[in-house]
Amino acid sequence: MTDRGTPLVEMRDFSISFGGIKAVDHVTVDLHAGEVVGLLGHNGAGKSTLIKCLSGAYQADAGEVYINGQKVEINNPRDARAQNIETIYQTLALADNLDAASNLFLGRELVNSMGFVDESKMEAETRKIMHRLNPNFQKFNVPVSALSGGQRQSVAIARAVYFNAKILIMDEPTAALGPQETQMVAELIEELKKQGLGIFLIEHDIHNVMKLCDRASVMMNGKLVGTVNVDEVTDEDILGMIILGKPAAQAA
Amino acid sequence: MADIPPTTSDIPSNDADQSPVGRFLRATEIDTRLLGMIGALMLIWFGFHFYGVLVNGQGFFLTPRNLWNLSVQTSSIGIMATGMVLVIITRNIDLSVGALVGVTAMVMGILQVEILPQYLGLGHGSIWIVTVIVGMTLGATIGAFHGWLIAYRGIPAFIVTLGGLLIWRGSAFLAAGGKTISPVDETFSLLGGGPYGAIGSTGSWIVGLLACAGVLWMLYAGRNNRRRHDFRLRPMWAETFLGVLGCGVIIGSVLLVNAYPWPKGIIRQYAARNNIEVPAEGLFISHGFAIPVLILIVVGILMTILMTRTRFGRYVFAIGGNPEAAALAGINTRWMVLKIFALMGMLAGLAGVVASARLNSATNALGLLDELYVIAAAVIGGTSLAGGVGTIYGAILGALVMQSLQSGMVLIGFDTAIQQIVVGMVLVFAVYLDNLYRSKSK
Repeated sequence: MTDRGTPLVEMRDFSISFGGIKAVDHVTVDLHAGEVVGLLGHNGAGKSTLIKCLSGAYQADAGEVYINGQKVEINNPRDARAQNIETIYQTLALADNLDAASNLFLGRELVNSMGFVDESKMEAETRKIMHRLNPNFQKFNVPVSALSGGQRQSVAIARAVYFNAKILIMDEPTAALGPQETQMVAELIEELKKQGLGIFLIEHDIHNVMKLCDRASVMMNGKLVGTVNVDEVTDEDILGMIILGKPAAQAA
Repeated sequence: MADIPPTTSDIPSNDADQSPVGRFLRATEIDTRLLGMIGALMLIWFGFHFYGVLVNGQGFFLTPRNLWNLSVQTSSIGIMATGMVLVIITRNIDLSVGALVGVTAMVMGILQVEILPQYLGLGHGSIWIVTVIVGMTLGATIGAFHGWLIAYRGIPAFIVTLGGLLIWRGSAFLAAGGKTISPVDETFSLLGGGPYGAIGSTGSWIVGLLACAGVLWMLYAGRNNRRRHDFRLRPMWAETFLGVLGCGVIIGSVLLVNAYPWPKGIIRQYAARNNIEVPAEGLFISHGFAIPVLILIVVGILMTILMTRTRFGRYVFAIGGNPEAAALAGINTRWMVLKIFALMGMLAGLAGVVASARLNSATNALGLLDELYVIAAAVIGGTSLAGGVGTIYGAILGALVMQSLQSGMVLIGFDTAIQQIVVGMVLVFAVYLDNLYRSKSK
């Protein structure tokens, strides 16, 4: 890989095990600003577990996070958010009984001068960002349980985008979406990339990987198989890495 | 409710295809569940009254005296029900609140009757303050301990508080060796109501007018806030209707509590003490709002603000809706659970104040079975045991429904066994109705 200076984020030598099973085993990945790195592998390869260490949901047994070359401690989701790391979870992590605005600002509610939650302001802000992301979205005053899969997804995405993330983690953001909404997410990723965000993208669809990602890190059984520059390999090469667990010849 | 901003193009509002009733509810934004509960309450009240009229020749339910007593009897359960809402919303349960009433009341009884007078002198003005603070702190501490076992030691809330029920009830007995502590401090006893523990006619009018001003201010501030953010405004007639309704209910209750005079014996005692000549036709001195009822109202308002206007309240709902999502959003869910149980314990301590003050004594059986009535009140008030849903006003109304049933049955002469059967059936039926309502409104 050509030297592009200090990566935006580097996860160095991460390991975590659950009940004796090594879910992540000495994995090192990095991400530059304005770059999309795909995390690939079978179900159970350890991709989601790895990024949950970065987002603070899990505490790794070993491993260090460097952001712009500085070592940082991430022990819980608050720490991650403080480092401008935002995550869109596969499960979306929405509180079904709350409306879009409450979910968007969950844990970071806007308060007025008296310290009370400013509901109207949050709704107004939500309307603004949703108008940008998904102009058809109208259901602001119903619990998110009443929304369609795509609408719920846009709430989860809005939450990550609203707070000026520098590092975005997307865990299968298009898994529950129709073709039109998938296209919308793809355009959003392109736009965020242009704005200089670094994005970790967990994705199963190899075509999306080829289209959206700059690099791809492939995992198998908790271990990193290898990282490749997407434009130097074919989709067959990447599939080979995922299935056989062997690095491609041109591994970067 | 599809609030639609005028700034965006969107789906046409479906005002036209709604019935007048539907349009009315939409414009005033009155919660249909609230209407249902008030309807049920009215049914109970009028039912008992006219049962009395038909069977006994006289109805006793819809009288100032009974309704005033009803309000006092509801206070202690109502205070605890507001805390139980939070516990149940976060998918927990607290079975220990009745025992907490017992143990806090007993400790407060010993403190104010046997310990504090030694240091401060009998009847000292600060005895009641120290006692109340100690009682609520004790409740909060025990609650926090329960919460710690639940959140940080992973013991299910059901087990922790079931154990707590037995432990604290037993402790209440041991604290005074099973004795009844009586009478309590004179000022303290005012917190339980009674002729002296009410604020009288003038005081009630002041409270009522302040409350009216509060209602009007809320409507005005709410309208301004909506205008500032370009949200849909209620039509002016709907705002007027809400204002008139709110103030009407408040002034109506002032008139009601002022229509209930002190009993003759109390008047004679009061007159003798203050050297007043009682005229031949008698003196009419109004009770006015009872102090425990005012405590309940203040608790209800504070808890409503806590639940709807603070981050704490947001997190309670979020934890109930999706605990995992709440944790991923950076909410310290364990610390929240501990705080919720501490709050519940503090409210149980306050209920202990009201209950023992009303009885003018502390007994180890005080608050027996209260946990069931408190949980029932919260659930009848629309708090979902599945978590995530519930309101403070609903729980207070639920407590009022429970208490209305009970005292109604006492008034028409049903015995305890029948009362239990009816209350049990109503609880099950209310939750069934609630399920129907929820599945319809989805």
